[in-house]
Amino acid sequence: MIHRRTLLTATVSALMLSAAPVTLWAETPADTLIQAWTIDDIISLDPAEIFEFTASEIAGNTYETLIGYDPKNVADIFGKVAESWEISEDGKTISFKVKEGRSFASGNPITAEDVVFSLTRAVKLDKSPAFILTQFGFTPETVDDLIVQTGDYSFDFKMDKPYAPTLVLYCLTATVAMVVDKKLVMEHEVNGDFGYEWLKVNYAGSGPFTIREWRANEVVVMERNENYAGDKPAMARAIYRHIPETATQRLLLQQGDIDIARNLAAEDIAALKQDPNVTLEAGVKGSIYYMGLNQKNEFLSKPQVRQAMKYLVDYQTIADTIMAGKVEVHQAFLPKGFLGAVNDTPFSLNVEKAKELLAEAGVPEGFTVTMDTRNTPEITAMGQAIQQTMAMAGIKLELIPGDGGQTLTKYRARNHDIYIGRWGPDYQDPHTNADTFARNPDNSDDAASKPLAWRNAWDIPEMTAKADAAVLEADADKRAQMYVELQKESMETSPFVIMFQEIEVLGERNNVKGFVMGPSFNDNSFAKVTK
Amino acid sequence: MTGTTHLRGRRGALWLGKFARLVLTVAVTFFGLLLVTFLIGRIVPVDPVLAVVGDRAPKSVYDRVYIELGLDKPLWEQFWMYLQKVFTGDFGISFLSKRPIVDDIARVFPATLELATVGIIIGTVVGVPAGIWAAVRQGKWPDQLVRVLGLVGYSAPIFWLGLLGLLVFYAKLHWVAGPGRIDIAYEYAFTPKTGLILWDTAMQGQWGAFANAFSHIILPASLLGYFSMAYISRMTRSFMLAELAQEYVTTARVKGVPEWRIVWVHALRNAAVPLVTVIALSYAGLLEGSVLTETVFAWPGLGQYLTNSLQNADMNAVLGGTLVIGAIFVGLNLLSDLLYNVLDPRVRRRA
Repeated sequence: MIHRRTLLTATVSALMLSAAPVTLWAETPADTLIQAWTIDDIISLDPAEIFEFTASEIAGNTYETLIGYDPKNVADIFGKVAESWEISEDGKTISFKVKEGRSFASGNPITAEDVVFSLTRAVKLDKSPAFILTQFGFTPETVDDLIVQTGDYSFDFKMDKPYAPTLVLYCLTATVAMVVDKKLVMEHEVNGDFGYEWLKVNYAGSGPFTIREWRANEVVVMERNENYAGDKPAMARAIYRHIPETATQRLLLQQGDIDIARNLAAEDIAALKQDPNVTLEAGVKGSIYYMGLNQKNEFLSKPQVRQAMKYLVDYQTIADTIMAGKVEVHQAFLPKGFLGAVNDTPFSLNVEKAKELLAEAGVPEGFTVTMDTRNTPEITAMGQAIQQTMAMAGIKLELIPGDGGQTLTKYRARNHDIYIGRWGPDYQDPHTNADTFARNPDNSDDAASKPLAWRNAWDIPEMTAKADAAVLEADADKRAQMYVELQKESMETSPFVIMFQEIEVLGERNNVKGFVMGPSFNDNSFAKVTK
Repeated sequence: MTGTTHLRGRRGALWLGKFARLVLTVAVTFFGLLLVTFLIGRIVPVDPVLAVVGDRAPKSVYDRVYIELGLDKPLWEQFWMYLQKVFTGDFGISFLSKRPIVDDIARVFPATLELATVGIIIGTVVGVPAGIWAAVRQGKWPDQLVRVLGLVGYSAPIFWLGLLGLLVFYAKLHWVAGPGRIDIAYEYAFTPKTGLILWDTAMQGQWGAFANAFSHIILPASLLGYFSMAYISRMTRSFMLAELAQEYVTTARVKGVPEWRIVWVHALRNAAVPLVTVIALSYAGLLEGSVLTETVFAWPGLGQYLTNSLQNADMNAVLGGTLVIGAIFVGLNLLSDLLYNVLDPRVRRRA
């Protein structure tokens, strides 16, 4: 009898529905920090391979580097795993001493052997971030002779040139140089892979937290490291939940089902400002938003046109309205906070000036170009705002929307006219951005290295030489001055319309205290969070 | 004696022929499915190497991965290599998660399966009676009501309905739990075995965790149920109208059979035959994984997995996912054919 069965099922589900609410309304547990974040960019948990925002932050809270810096004042460099270091006369060797009496989460002691293993392993595995180390002249074949253990707690780091000490030390603060537990990792080695297959989904570090579990596109669970040498975190557990939709993150935060929402769109930020239970926190990040003008385009290759473009962006309005405080105006290729960063903002919307420049360039009536625009709400809105201001000077800007993979593929093949994008530094030294914005050793189509200058076909042998010289300048003040000059020159002549520096905004419940936001994602720390 | 044996042999040959045809159809379907998906994946202007090495990798790393992925070989050779592997049950490794596709799908599919199953139960339990009600009261207000509800279900964007549902039932009324499958507090209260949380918690007697999981699933499942309800109720209505206009219904009425019996027993039994196909296809549709629902409700299912893979040109994952969806469609189609046989004696006799 179909109808009776149907009735029965309906009644059961109705009963279940009415019973369900009883079990709801658990606040987040007092010893657990729950954050909502889009974590679908994680591809590996192995420090030798980590290069994405979320994985960097996880590594920053679970592993330790040899060297660290104060996230509030990056000039303050100090040893973490390292006790001290000494630079040789010729400036090519750094001798490190490792702190004694500390151990990994596994209980194994941290020795120079682990540090040497970690650095040589990263070079030998040769994953995406390995260049941060190999730029000092290491190759998988030679590295064993160049990074050498000299005692239980000491080792030498031998480079091919006398690089600026700050450059080397900042590179050693990157995730690729994090110290892994040799004994534990090698227990899981398969076919000479240095434990890579195992470590990409497991954990072997010494940071304040340990990684218990990562389920792709779902959750990352971290637990307090009871063997941590520093102050033990107040939280027993820290969890990232993958919540792709920003409005959903906002709802969860307002309901108290999560403690911190990490991805908030402009409208979410506006709404949360009214919520008495939620605090918004902002921290300046190193990422830069810019437009790249391809020099293969007949119009964009004219110097006056490049300059005119810089007067056709309404910087302040975009920062205040479209981005709602998630960026601030910044026009130099080095982000604020870096050694030698230039914080002047000489350009603002000036249509008359732009028209003059266009007339000088021989295109008084303007022209038509395309811009590849990633289809995120923010980049799209920025693109549309720029489209309007460009039109005031007669430049017809056609937006070509695409997802991240599409636009990037086209950009890397130099098939764009204009690309609007975001660039984050790889480490805290100015060379990281100078290397890509102001260096182009080979502008041919099959060049070995393809920095942003190459992607925009900007051939700059002189500037490249200057950037190379800055790498070898040992005197920090002189070095800073060299970068100031490079940035000033770039501002006037480059095909980069640098517009903004990113500000990370997160929403947290009022009871959450102590989240530290640093300039890069591996500096974001929740080790001291209480609630 | 000889006659029956002969007959049995002929019938056996008939079945064998039918079976061979079926296998062939399924094989051709899968081949076509794979070929088209493979080509689409290669036409999409996204560089799959980028998903693996990121934007910053030096040329040496890029080139190594390019060759590792077999992208240096001609297109047909890549496809041929893939087919050979599939035949041995190896669907390859996901470029993104670096795990076997089979493991990935085994992890994400139960979430979708659970959601779709609860959804189709709701859709059927509500949709079929609603359609019958509309048919019986044709042209009157119940009919109009069902039609309007169905129309809204058809045309409102699910993304918007989902957010609205969260706002009302989760944020304001506090009737249901928020996005996600289960609260962190219950996350480790049970041992995941099948990946179906409702099933696992019930089998292990963890009723607190069960209730929590239920309060998480009920809103997205109701939403999906509402969508399938829109279709199921419309189809039920028209099948029932067709049945109620039949002569046997008139005969039954003349004989004085009670009206509820005519509707719920005689007419519904006949209308149920095509209805099974409708429900099976709706179910298959839900099993594909509703990308938007999964996104709004942070549901780690097949839809999200496939979209993410496609956007990163992770072709092994896309092909594997497509195969699973294809298998579901073919499987449910066969199943509804089988049910046809069971429910409709005429089909059985023809066979």
